Amino acid sequence: MSREPTAAADRATGAGAAGVPAVEVRGLHVSLDGTPILTGVDLTVAAGEWVTVIGPNGAGKSTLLRAIGGLLSAQGAITLFGTPSAALRRRDRARVVATVAQSPVVPPGMSVLDYVLLGRTPYIPPLGRESAADVAAVHDVLARLDLSGFHRRELATLSGGERQRVFLARALAQGATLLLLDEPTSALDIGHQQEVLELVDQLRREHGLTVLATMHDLSLAGEYADRMVLLADRGVVAVGTPEEVLTEHLLATHYRASVRVVPGTHGPLVVPVRPQRSGT
Amino acid sequence: MRSSQSRTNEGSVTGAPLVAAPAPPTRPAGTPPASRPVGLRKRWLVAGVFAVLVALVAGVSLGPVSLPAGSVAAELLNLIPGVHLDSGLTEREIAIVTELRLPRVVLGLLVGGLLALAGGCYQGVFRNPLADPYLLGVAAGAGLAVTAVIALGGAGRQGSITGLPMTIPLAAFAGSLLAVTMTYLLGGAGGRSRSPTMLILAGVAVSAFLSAGQTYLLQRHSDSIQPVYSWLLGRLATAGWHDVLLVLPYAVLTTVVVLLHRRELDVLAVGDDEARSLGLHPQRSRYLLIAAASLGTAAAVSATGLIGFVGIIVPHTVRLLAGSSYRVILPLSLLFGAAFLALTDVVARTAAAPTEIPIGVVTALLGGPFFVLVLRTARRVFT
Repeated sequence: MSREPTAAADRATGAGAAGVPAVEVRGLHVSLDGTPILTGVDLTVAAGEWVTVIGPNGAGKSTLLRAIGGLLSAQGAITLFGTPSAALRRRDRARVVATVAQSPVVPPGMSVLDYVLLGRTPYIPPLGRESAADVAAVHDVLARLDLSGFHRRELATLSGGERQRVFLARALAQGATLLLLDEPTSALDIGHQQEVLELVDQLRREHGLTVLATMHDLSLAGEYADRMVLLADRGVVAVGTPEEVLTEHLLATHYRASVRVVPGTHGPLVVPVRPQRSGT
Repeated sequence: MRSSQSRTNEGSVTGAPLVAAPAPPTRPAGTPPASRPVGLRKRWLVAGVFAVLVALVAGVSLGPVSLPAGSVAAELLNLIPGVHLDSGLTEREIAIVTELRLPRVVLGLLVGGLLALAGGCYQGVFRNPLADPYLLGVAAGAGLAVTAVIALGGAGRQGSITGLPMTIPLAAFAGSLLAVTMTYLLGGAGGRSRSPTMLILAGVAVSAFLSAGQTYLLQRHSDSIQPVYSWLLGRLATAGWHDVLLVLPYAVLTTVVVLLHRRELDVLAVGDDEARSLGLHPQRSRYLLIAAASLGTAAAVSATGLIGFVGIIVPHTVRLLAGSSYRVILPLSLLFGAAFLALTDVVARTAAAPTEIPIGVVTALLGGPFFVLVLRTARRVFT
């Protein structure tokens, strides 16, 4: 058990309780500087599920993730593993939800080990320091992510794919069962994109994690997600399996994209097609 | 390669999160034993304490009357209750040690440590390697207040800086805090978008505004230029024990608050969103740290005037040599900042004896080239 068990954290991590969704969002409203970004969003993510949020630029995908992660204030009800998010103390929430931002800050001079150790912050008493157990836990995570040989390297000297694994390691060191991944592959080449997503999927299966991600690459998103959510015009316009959401009609309507959707082994593949010029 | 049964093993009660519980005692084979987190190494701590002791003895020994270092060390040990050593110094020499030089050296140590610590703290809080203790308007606020007291109040008209009345440190302290408060309020005026950058910009605006006021006053009261500049360039010359006692409580408060937050500063270094998602309250930590560092800087400025460069050079040198974690930078900046300023003061009062060079001039003259040297030899951290 965690060092400072609290009733709220226990309830929140008690994902074993059958039927309690990992995330339940009802009537979420978010405004930034007076501009409404999300209005009336409902979303449910079952424990152990992988849900990917897609939508055109500016649809509020990142904002939705930040609201669920408790990084910004929002109106509406957000429930994490049956506990209202607002009722969780920050440290307890941090043991339940881990967020990997789209492009995390890479502090100069910080080693991989030190960076991943920061993930243990919610277990370290305020003003305290890491225990040997924290260090051991981090080495555990590094080994699982094949990063053991990297622990002394400076984060800033790693390649994009290696960095993304380190960011993931930090989130896993938090020991949270819900992972919020904002564009986890946006900075990577196609091979590393697959590598990272396979890794996330493997960790999810092995450790019963729940994944809520945002992604721009629709084919890739569809191959990994159990369900997809299409955000547009400040709200959810479609929810369902990749086959239900990735349709030529929905993508044309909400992305104004000209695409062909072809069936693939793990989900529909979305192929951009240059639109016909009018008048020819 | 790895089994998929960790969901059920160890009877995990928390829905099998990866590492929610402290790891089991058996580590996976192949974990390197020497993989502790980068923390403050003992040898650096020892080096810092040693530097402070060297500065203390050198500062007390060297001067117009040169005293043997061994005797000075013995006399310093005599100050510890219960210690009685024969230092071989005369009554007069003992008085030079305890009443003249020691308070000056101790004040130098306190102010140097405070400025370096505050500089390191600001650099972490603002994630800006160029931040210095005077960033938020402390210098300009103190400068305007002191100029006003000297020019309008007639203090220092006698032309002798040694006769500065108590109103000057008080004015400097009040002016600094007023300026930082203005910066806070202006920087917070951005409403929701309140960010570290807003605070820095507000600091620039407040500094410019207050400096303009100071320039105007000086231009109208040109007879006060000399005493004002003596103060601006920093001085430890008049230090007595009462100066030390004035600074000490703030030094202790600032040091305790900042050092307790050294790990939080490492978390802040990875970004506000990350800090928040790790369960911290970045805005609250930041404001508390700024308040502590500003209070310490204001106290230092009120006692010794504006001494530049310490708050940038020392934390940077520590960062380049000993590591970039704030758990390393902050305690070592305190120690090496203290030693640096006390030793600089030795140079200031011996290099051109019998006249003294303003200590702010010496810190700049020594610090600039030294900093360039350090940058050239160890530039890896910045690339």
